[in-house]
Amino acid sequence: MFDFLDGYDLLGAFWVTVQLTVYSALGSLIWGTLLAGMKVSPVPLMRGFATGYVNVVRNIPLTVIILFASLGLFSTLGVKLGADGFTGINFRLAVLALSSYTAAFVCEALRSGINTVPVGQAEAARALGLSFTQVLRLIILPQAFRSVVNPLSNVLIALTKNTTVASAIGVAEASYLMKKMIENEAQLLLISAVFAFGFIVLTLPTGLILGWVSKKVAVKR
Amino acid sequence: MTSVLYDAQGPRAKRRNVLYTVLFVLGAAAVVWWVYDGLASKHQLDWIKWKPFLTSSQPWDTYIWPGLQNTLKAAFFALIIALPLGALFGIGRLSDHRWMRAPSGVVVEFFRAIPVLILMLIANQAYFEYTDLAPDTRLLYAVITGLVLYNASVLAEIVRAGILTLPSGQTDAAKAIGMRKGQTMVFVLLPQAVTAMLPAIVSQIVVIVKDTALGGAVLSFPELLASVRPMAANYGANTIACFTIIAVLYMALNFALTSFASWLERRLRRAKKSTGAVVGTGPGGDLETIGAPSLNIDDGRAT
Repeated sequence: MFDFLDGYDLLGAFWVTVQLTVYSALGSLIWGTLLAGMKVSPVPLMRGFATGYVNVVRNIPLTVIILFASLGLFSTLGVKLGADGFTGINFRLAVLALSSYTAAFVCEALRSGINTVPVGQAEAARALGLSFTQVLRLIILPQAFRSVVNPLSNVLIALTKNTTVASAIGVAEASYLMKKMIENEAQLLLISAVFAFGFIVLTLPTGLILGWVSKKVAVKR
Repeated sequence: MTSVLYDAQGPRAKRRNVLYTVLFVLGAAAVVWWVYDGLASKHQLDWIKWKPFLTSSQPWDTYIWPGLQNTLKAAFFALIIALPLGALFGIGRLSDHRWMRAPSGVVVEFFRAIPVLILMLIANQAYFEYTDLAPDTRLLYAVITGLVLYNASVLAEIVRAGILTLPSGQTDAAKAIGMRKGQTMVFVLLPQAVTAMLPAIVSQIVVIVKDTALGGAVLSFPELLASVRPMAANYGANTIACFTIIAVLYMALNFALTSFASWLERRLRRAKKSTGAVVGTGPGGDLETIGAPSLNIDDGRAT
């Protein structure tokens, strides 16, 4: 029944999806935290920059950003991000595009988490003489992170699904393989079922595990 | 915004902020110069590459308007089909009967877990194999089908969360005056839930508009994004200029919608008549409810 899978590297394709997800998740977490830090900082210019970045990036389709990374950055401007070979370059560009897009959502999630920390905590920290960076790093962000595990897990799930867009620039992840397979094999229903199952396997445990973690680490108030 | 994170600033803090601002400006200026230099050395900033968009209506008439029309057409049909379907499944998930609750839940969670891109690919191939639609119509149908399947399940969650924001006293009161379950839903719960849901629905339209771009990139449905390639080919490889114009259009459209959604949210939260609960789409397009008395939109949720 599953002999249509012969000759296709199904696991390899899903492995690329996982890699895209993990690298982009790390990238967007770092960049998104920096943005959230800027967004609450006392320097007006940084606040403006972060707000502008989030508003701009959130309203442009991810597809446009990813295609721009390939057609604009690579084909036109020759940006290669230190990789050589078509596969390597497009993979890194896809990670760059996914990270910069997802960072906007991470920033928004974190900012809503910062809002859940009671004002008194920051006031107490300031009264002890901590500076803005210290207040943010030692008091606010650790609590904010713990209260936004759930929203962040939603962002992560959305990111997992968004990695399929990378197939538009030829990154050989799951949806890229699926497109090839449904064109070549007359097994639409089975192929669809296999890939649907693959994505459910990827996203369902993420939601369940992080949902459990979020209950575990949430600050009870 | 006076933040909780820092006090009103004294002279030293102000001096320090000036220093940070200067450093930030220098850093930003370096990045801008680097980008400018890169663009200029590849001749992407030459007037000839931008001229077509600013001086003549030809690129607009030939590429951009038709593309934008297709984008809006797909988004519009996806929305008006997904909305009633979502309401149906959302209410279905709240049903007292297990035979209705369980399948609605499975359908909603299933389509929420699968990427829209994959749904579009499957729909396109299914239409190709089992119907004899003309290629143009088929692509439009495939894009709409993909969008409907995904967004109906998200809208179902919005409807469910909206109804759950209502205090249970509403249902009790309706029962007390002898309303049937259907009547309670139609005359008491839904009308009130709609106000709480509106901002989330408007934000979901942004998601739909953004996702139409997948149709252009993967199925070659001739929408706004798909007009970049022919445009760039026609006007002398002005890829950067084309992408800029398209991105600005998407941004203007979606920014208007996002602003409207957040205005609506503020407005509804202030309104005294409603319950004060508002369902908003949180980061990543998922739901969060603001200011509601007792909410558990997380339960029973697989993803």
